[in-house]
Amino acid sequence: MTELSDQALLRYSRHILLPELDIAGQQALLGARALIVGAGGLGSPVALYLASAGVGQLTIADDDVVELTNLQRQIAHDKASLGRNKAESAAARMLAMNPEVAVRVIGERLAGQSLADEVARHDVVLDCSDNFATRHAVNRACVAAGVPLVSGAAVRFDGQLAVFDTRQPASPCYHCLFPEEGEANDGPCATFGVLAPLVGVIGSLQAVEAIKLLAGIPVALGRLTLYDALESSFRSMKVPRDPACPVCSGRSSGSE
Amino acid sequence: MKLNLLYFARLKDAFGRDHETLESDAASVGALLAELRARGGAWADELAEGRVFRVALNQELATVDSGLAAGDEVAIFPPVTGG
Repeated sequence: MTELSDQALLRYSRHILLPELDIAGQQALLGARALIVGAGGLGSPVALYLASAGVGQLTIADDDVVELTNLQRQIAHDKASLGRNKAESAAARMLAMNPEVAVRVIGERLAGQSLADEVARHDVVLDCSDNFATRHAVNRACVAAGVPLVSGAAVRFDGQLAVFDTRQPASPCYHCLFPEEGEANDGPCATFGVLAPLVGVIGSLQAVEAIKLLAGIPVALGRLTLYDALESSFRSMKVPRDPACPVCSGRSSGSE
Repeated sequence: MKLNLLYFARLKDAFGRDHETLESDAASVGALLAELRARGGAWADELAEGRVFRVALNQELATVDSGLAAGDEVAIFPPVTGG
């Protein structure tokens, strides 16, 4: 690992002061690669926090362009971003905050082989997508490549958060929690609405879990966190592995 | 026996309540779901076989075969998929 420069020691001093991170943890972050799928409501805080925190190599993917209705909650973008690709727009803001990290932009929807390839070349994946089919595709790619997945979702006043790391024998995958078969989409924000900072709450929690994973701080697996912004309450549910899960039941039991 | 039911996200709005105490003889999660579906309307729609939702029994994910006991907390929640 390379020595931190004086500038880096200053920039990351509030991390380094945390005994759980220290210099070694910050160096781990600087050497780490994270893939952010989606640069919308969840992807915005995730991208900004991972860049400011010094996660060294960030890839952000989105095929959508910034529209005026996005600016109510997608805080990586601004008025000057209107009409611009979301991943590109977010990358510009990430680099403005921290030019010392490398940001790669993928201006298309990751799917199939490109999704599998991208997942396999990162240390953690953050699912900030907006639909059930993509969530399952990302999960399958993460299980196949043995890459941990930090999953966040938010609509209206409700959020969900879970971390899956199928390198760990006891960890379920997203499919163990929500089987793919059946009708599940809660619809686009266009029809249901979403409270602006709700995506900030859930996206920030995703960033917390990703940084812990990358810095070697233990993360709770097999747990779904439900956030209800109207009730101001968090609840946790234990999520065991599904022994019949078609996605992860065949995996080798944690041996690397 | 008394069961404490909790509803989350979309289900809360569809059912017009976030919790209820139910007097039920349902021996399993599956039997309880059948009882709720029999209310018709949004209950029958949202809890229909083809819909994706999960049930947690005392804060742990359960299956339709999981048995119920008096005082159990039964939480029913759909996936949130937006972002």
